[in-house]
Amino acid sequence: MPDVIPHDSVGLVSPRTQHFDEPLTLRSGRVLPQYDLVYETYGELNADCSNAILICHALSGDHHAAGYHSMDDKKPGWWDSCIGPGKPIDTRRFYVVALNNLGGCAGSTGPTSINPETGEVYGPEFPIVAVRDWVQSQARLADALGIQQWAAVVGGSLGGMQVLRWSIQYPDRVKHAVVIASAPKLSAQNIAFNEVARQAIAKDPDFHDGWYHKHGTIPKSGLMQARMLGHLTYLSDDAMREKFGRELREGKLNFSFAPEFEVESYLHYQGEKFSTRFDANTYMLMTKALDYFDPARDYDNDLVKCLSQSKCDFLVISFTTDWRFAPERSLEIVNALTHADKNVSYACIESTNGHDAFLLPIPRYLNLFHAYMERVATSCNLPEVSA
Amino acid sequence: MSGLREDLAIIQQWVKPNSQVLDLGCGEGTLLRYLQDSKNVRGYGLEIDDDKITACIRNGVNVIEQNLDNGLSNFRDSSIDTVIMTQALQAVQRPDLLLDEMLRIGKEAIVTFPNFGYWRTRFYLMLKGRMPMSETLPYNWYDTPNIHMCTFRDFEVLCRGKGIRILNKTVVDDQHKEHWRMQVWPAMLGEIAVYHITRR
Repeated sequence: MPDVIPHDSVGLVSPRTQHFDEPLTLRSGRVLPQYDLVYETYGELNADCSNAILICHALSGDHHAAGYHSMDDKKPGWWDSCIGPGKPIDTRRFYVVALNNLGGCAGSTGPTSINPETGEVYGPEFPIVAVRDWVQSQARLADALGIQQWAAVVGGSLGGMQVLRWSIQYPDRVKHAVVIASAPKLSAQNIAFNEVARQAIAKDPDFHDGWYHKHGTIPKSGLMQARMLGHLTYLSDDAMREKFGRELREGKLNFSFAPEFEVESYLHYQGEKFSTRFDANTYMLMTKALDYFDPARDYDNDLVKCLSQSKCDFLVISFTTDWRFAPERSLEIVNALTHADKNVSYACIESTNGHDAFLLPIPRYLNLFHAYMERVATSCNLPEVSA
Repeated sequence: MSGLREDLAIIQQWVKPNSQVLDLGCGEGTLLRYLQDSKNVRGYGLEIDDDKITACIRNGVNVIEQNLDNGLSNFRDSSIDTVIMTQALQAVQRPDLLLDEMLRIGKEAIVTFPNFGYWRTRFYLMLKGRMPMSETLPYNWYDTPNIHMCTFRDFEVLCRGKGIRILNKTVVDDQHKEHWRMQVWPAMLGEIAVYHITRR
């Protein structure tokens, strides 16, 4: 909890909700008759609506990207290191929009919402949404906010996939695309990890095929296992060695199966925390959206042909110890973009923090990101801010 | 420094307007930025230094973090009009292979490197009996990044062996300036070589 709000924070923020009555036809063919998107904004939209930045969240993220909801909050939003006055996405220059994606569990319509057709909670009957569906719904949110073109669409991990999708789905509505720690599609290994996570949830006796709310349960142990596995893939071997080594909680071996090593209790803590805040059906959906993402599929599996549709400039960033979306995966995007003759810059940031690095305040990363966002501001003719 | 360094000014004469350029070891992107502004050239710079990469981004040029010693297989044959490499040939693991790569990707290439046959260098070695050091080559033999020094003649022999055609060449001094005296006896009097080459 902040005693005082830091000077480089966007401060106290409140989410807003936008309701949509126009039905949304999804990639699966199913239709969402109506839906809500919950979102936050930071900074001021300028008169010609040319300074708007869209933040796309990753697997377990939401609309609360920066600032605090109240003075009692223990932590700021999930990307507070990059959004705020004087930060890479400088809210003195940009108007930042962050939303919770469809199928989420932080306020936007998802499995925990009421299905208007049955009057009951959607639960496992909520349609499986694809990255392109999110992007379409985000475009409708842009319409509602009066934003014709984003100065930049920005995202890490699954968020980066939404950015790629934006660049080809609405080429005229994106000026710059920032794709961080992402990939043009999942590898078999990535899909395998997701499946193990989904199985952990599905096989939890409290899951009840996704109808756990009807049974008054939550598949806590399944969610915990899914999160623990996910967390492993976000960290690097180096980071875990640095953070935990082989430290024992009680300083000695107890010859029991209770958590003894620090790394075990850390994973338990992360899993526990996650299982009480995140909806299991949402987790199933989000991992499916990840698995299905493969925009080149519609272009003869040719990523060059696919990204040729885009008209924006790109910044692609990867991290040395990220093995979930390794630097080679970012290079696939970069190479496709150079082959398609697009403007692209690429940097691979030295870090021991694995995939998680994209959320952390690594000096070289922030400097580079900041420099690029200044370029975005210049290309949009945004006025300078006095230091 | 005002204006463009003289060797860069020479290079830009050999780059066609509206063409596509790849700059290997592009530094802070000075040349690319100049070519973008004055000749409407499109292109990418490759660089490995953290600060220089950020400077390129600030400079408004496309920069890709890439180590030249790992090759250029990510660029397609004849996909670039001119591949440029200033003052980096002598610092890579295999200058001969990189030269092949430059002319695989590029229709033409421009290369600059310090001339080890420069008269001062020759005299330094002859008189002092030690590896030459100068303003252009300020390093000790054991810590120099310049691991493959060559003379103009060495370079031209390599080109001949590879069937590479020299379209243009000139020399500049350590201030990167051209002078008539150097053109009279470039192999001896030129400090930095600037070659414009092709395979066609």
